[in-house]
Amino acid sequence: MAFLTALFAGILFGSGLLVSRMCDPQRVLAFLDVTGHWNPALAFTMAGAILVAAPAFLYVRKHHADLLGAATVLPDRFKITGPLVVGSAIFGIGWGLSGICPGPGLLLLTGGSKQSMVFVGAMVAGFLVLRFLPGGRARR
Amino acid sequence: MTADLWQSLLGGMLIGAGAAVLLLLNGRIAGISGILDSTVRGAFGAQAWRLAFLAGLVLPAAIFGLGSIDFARGISILAVSGLLVGVGTRLGSGCTSGHGVCGLANLSVRSLLATVTFMAVAMATVVLVRLGASLWRS
Repeated sequence: MAFLTALFAGILFGSGLLVSRMCDPQRVLAFLDVTGHWNPALAFTMAGAILVAAPAFLYVRKHHADLLGAATVLPDRFKITGPLVVGSAIFGIGWGLSGICPGPGLLLLTGGSKQSMVFVGAMVAGFLVLRFLPGGRARR
Repeated sequence: MTADLWQSLLGGMLIGAGAAVLLLLNGRIAGISGILDSTVRGAFGAQAWRLAFLAGLVLPAAIFGLGSIDFARGISILAVSGLLVGVGTRLGSGCTSGHGVCGLANLSVRSLLATVTFMAVAMATVVLVRLGASLWRS
């Protein structure tokens, strides 16, 4: 059951990335380039995603459980830390360099391009670098 | 509103629906960098929900194709970018999906700060890259 619902959730999410064309790096860069020919389309994508997901989060926040009644703990919403800000800034540099974030990166792999393999390979290497750094695990 | 904006909105709603289903039926956050990191570590989750989610994620693209794609950058930039995305998303505990979609939908102050940070830095990076490229050419 958990397998099937997760598969279904993934299909919805992946279809959304495809329909909104989040997988085209040039298009994402056009959204990020506020000083050039700014393309606001991806702001609509984000707004649509947040609006649809928000009631689900409201339900779980209220009931401390998912729809099946299983206890569900949401991440802390208020704790601001150095790694949160520094990590997000590092991610921002990476995202701004290529226009690719993790989800679209995975979808790009289906095209079999060398570019997508290099990006995802380097991203996984980045996961590993952080894990084996002193204190890397504790920070997460 | 143009067809392009409607399509972007519809795509976003599908993304939100995926995040909602994973939360309501699996009790999990659809944060792709975290799910991928755990999967790479071999932590698939009870009944392999992480593998199932990732398989579902790439399935539509595998079936219908990616459409027109322009990588815009060369291999070496993509390698540096991927490394920074990997390090940054784990250090910051989330990416566009985990903080930008799920965190904001959860009205999280943490995720708002993370999202504003990576958006602003990404926008600044794009401008700096373009400035650098035009200086290089001149």
